Amino acid sequence: MQHGKYRFIAGFLVVPLALYAIFVIWPFVQSIYYSFTDWTGLSPDFTMVGFDNYSRMLDDDIFWKSLQHSVLLALLLPLVTLGLALFFAFMLNVGGRRRKNAAVAGVRGSSFYKIAYFFPQVLSIVIVALLFQFAFNPTSGMLNSTLKAVGLRSLQPDWLGDPDLALYCVMVVLIWSTVGFFVVLFSAGMASIPKDFYEAALLDGADRITTFFKITLPLLWDTVQSGWVYMGILALGVEAFTAVQVMTVGPGGPDYSTTVLPLYVYQTAFRDAQAGYATTIGVGLLIVTMLFAGIVMRLGRRERLEF
Amino acid sequence: MGSTSGRTNEGLGRRDVIKRSAALGLIAVPTMSFLSACASSDSGSDEKVEKGTKSAKNPLGVNETAALEVVIFNGGFGEQYAIDAEKKYNAAFPKAPKVKHAATEKIQSTLQPRFNGGTPPDLIDNSGAEQMDMGVLVGKKQLADLTPLMDAPSYDDPSKKVRDTLRPGVLEMGQFDGDPVWIMYYAYTVYGVWYSQTNLEKLDAAYPETWDDMLALCEKAKKKGIAGWTYPGKYPYYLPFSLYPFIGKIGGREVLDKIDNLEPNAWKDPAVKAAFEAYYELFKKGYILKGTPGLTHIQSQTEWTKGKALFIPNGSWVENEAAPTTPEDFKMMVGAPSSLDASDKLPFGTIWASGGEPFVVPAKAKNPEGGMEQLRIMLSEESSKNFTKSVKSLSAFNGGTDGLTLSTAMQSGVDVLKQAGDNVVNPRMQDWYVKLQKEQIGIAGIGEMMAGRATPAETIKKIQAFADAAAKDQSIKHYKHQ
Repeated sequence: MQHGKYRFIAGFLVVPLALYAIFVIWPFVQSIYYSFTDWTGLSPDFTMVGFDNYSRMLDDDIFWKSLQHSVLLALLLPLVTLGLALFFAFMLNVGGRRRKNAAVAGVRGSSFYKIAYFFPQVLSIVIVALLFQFAFNPTSGMLNSTLKAVGLRSLQPDWLGDPDLALYCVMVVLIWSTVGFFVVLFSAGMASIPKDFYEAALLDGADRITTFFKITLPLLWDTVQSGWVYMGILALGVEAFTAVQVMTVGPGGPDYSTTVLPLYVYQTAFRDAQAGYATTIGVGLLIVTMLFAGIVMRLGRRERLEF
Repeated sequence: MGSTSGRTNEGLGRRDVIKRSAALGLIAVPTMSFLSACASSDSGSDEKVEKGTKSAKNPLGVNETAALEVVIFNGGFGEQYAIDAEKKYNAAFPKAPKVKHAATEKIQSTLQPRFNGGTPPDLIDNSGAEQMDMGVLVGKKQLADLTPLMDAPSYDDPSKKVRDTLRPGVLEMGQFDGDPVWIMYYAYTVYGVWYSQTNLEKLDAAYPETWDDMLALCEKAKKKGIAGWTYPGKYPYYLPFSLYPFIGKIGGREVLDKIDNLEPNAWKDPAVKAAFEAYYELFKKGYILKGTPGLTHIQSQTEWTKGKALFIPNGSWVENEAAPTTPEDFKMMVGAPSSLDASDKLPFGTIWASGGEPFVVPAKAKNPEGGMEQLRIMLSEESSKNFTKSVKSLSAFNGGTDGLTLSTAMQSGVDVLKQAGDNVVNPRMQDWYVKLQKEQIGIAGIGEMMAGRATPAETIKKIQAFADAAAKDQSIKHYKHQ
């Protein structure tokens, strides 16, 4: 059975692998090559400059700032989003008051909440960011108008205009727009956990918190791990870029307080016409992403339960 | 739903395959979209159409049967003015096929591959958020020299050259180093302090010609619950629209030239300090609309048209852009920077005006003469009037407003230009060093100062450091005032 297994698998995978090689691997190779050039992106001629771009990158304050913000996003976003999503999903499926004929049930109105949570997912991130830009408007936005209405006139922050708050404002938007997806994903995972486990736990006198940590979470671990990877993509990639690009001062400001790596790549390539240097930063982003993936895979390794 | 991990045999389990591909995907997705946009190709053929014969009607020698392709930035000015001018081109060259016209907001995405491939169109309005870096285009020899156009007889009066029909500063803006003219700026923008005559009259005030009057008026407004100033806090690089001419007025043209030339200690000039301190006082005295640091340009303009603030630094496009929220009796006007004191080097009326909507003819265009001829048509009085009438902006053609009924904003633009006379300054930062001007001076420097998070002294130090770094940076092209 083992004999020829890889050849068998590879036989099926030839076409997708070829596509992958052409559209993913090859651009990588190309960009690593361009990162050693002074290509402007606006004309076809360029020369090799060796490691100049790399040494420049290591001395570049804005690169380090962007890196710091990207790493912060990659750490905080999955933690908060998945934590919230797990909590909501648990409440929707297991957390409700016990009813007749059912060992576990969600809180009242859980089917409504499920739809409400999922709703932001159908909006494009650009629209979400634009909507929140209105909400964060310091003079007539929803947030400050609410603060004014409840008598907190003195406490009206500039939100995106305040360097201490701006990055968190961006995070809130990203969390708001993604948490619903994970609520649905985790709900599906929880629905597949046999009810007998919960019944047994309840008979043994376990409370909700114990049930969550001893039964739900371990049986859901694979899903959580996939979610973690997916959130990492979001935090290091396109979604974070879009939110920052659309919403923030500048974008990337005030005073570089929200700049992230993909934004810096974009600005360097398309505003400053330094495509060579931009690909160098892109390679930096690639290394960060690989490290993140490696860490997630390592931390996530656990004994699996079969049921 | 069970879970089988391939723990017992050595092969690839289903989960492992999925997980590994997920890991690869994780790496691929974020980086892919940015990096894969970068791929250059071979330079295309250098074929050009044959030149036609020069004549009085065809001074540039346009090939009468050659096709012409024009790409227009479809922004605040739309595309109709260009289409109208293209019709005239077709009327002048009936044997040529209809002008191939395209309008887009995404100039760079559309045209970058064509520049890389060596097949650019014949005339481009390189404008908007996706403007291609002019310095790089010039440096990489991608643009055609427009000198033949400048030396050609003008459309209306064959005894006058095109270069003599332009408004002050327009031609120089198209030069980078030396004589060749690379860019023809078609629109003409007046920058300054914008206000509503009606709202000033409500406070029994006229536009303050001195800074003391400005502060007094702001104080008066503050007592009535109106802010003196607002600005697009999210894009603080609007502040220089009134701040740079203010600096130029206080210290003279040389100060601005030194700043543009990235000379050491250019920002440490006393005129810069005086201007910065004057603006900082607006913040300190609470004359700036609360929340301004978080407003976009549209949001701040809306607060301004609602009458919540009296003044806003802006350019003449604001009339069009703010039109949806502007009340009918608003009487929008533009003012030159107020005089700081009697020792100012230049008189009141000194203003910043410069070209906008940069048109370029690519060096590798198939029909460059056609592109230039199209520009010559656009610089005729009739086309210029059509432009002014339809998009409410002055054009680079000097004149062309006679017989038109102008809005108050446009009329006040014409008036301040008349008052300024020769005292039109033209700081070049925003087209020479985009990053330095917008991100570093604008957002990190002046923006932080006006939000009250840095003092003028700290800001000047910070900006000087940015400018010094830009002067040393070998990866950007440096320019000097001639």
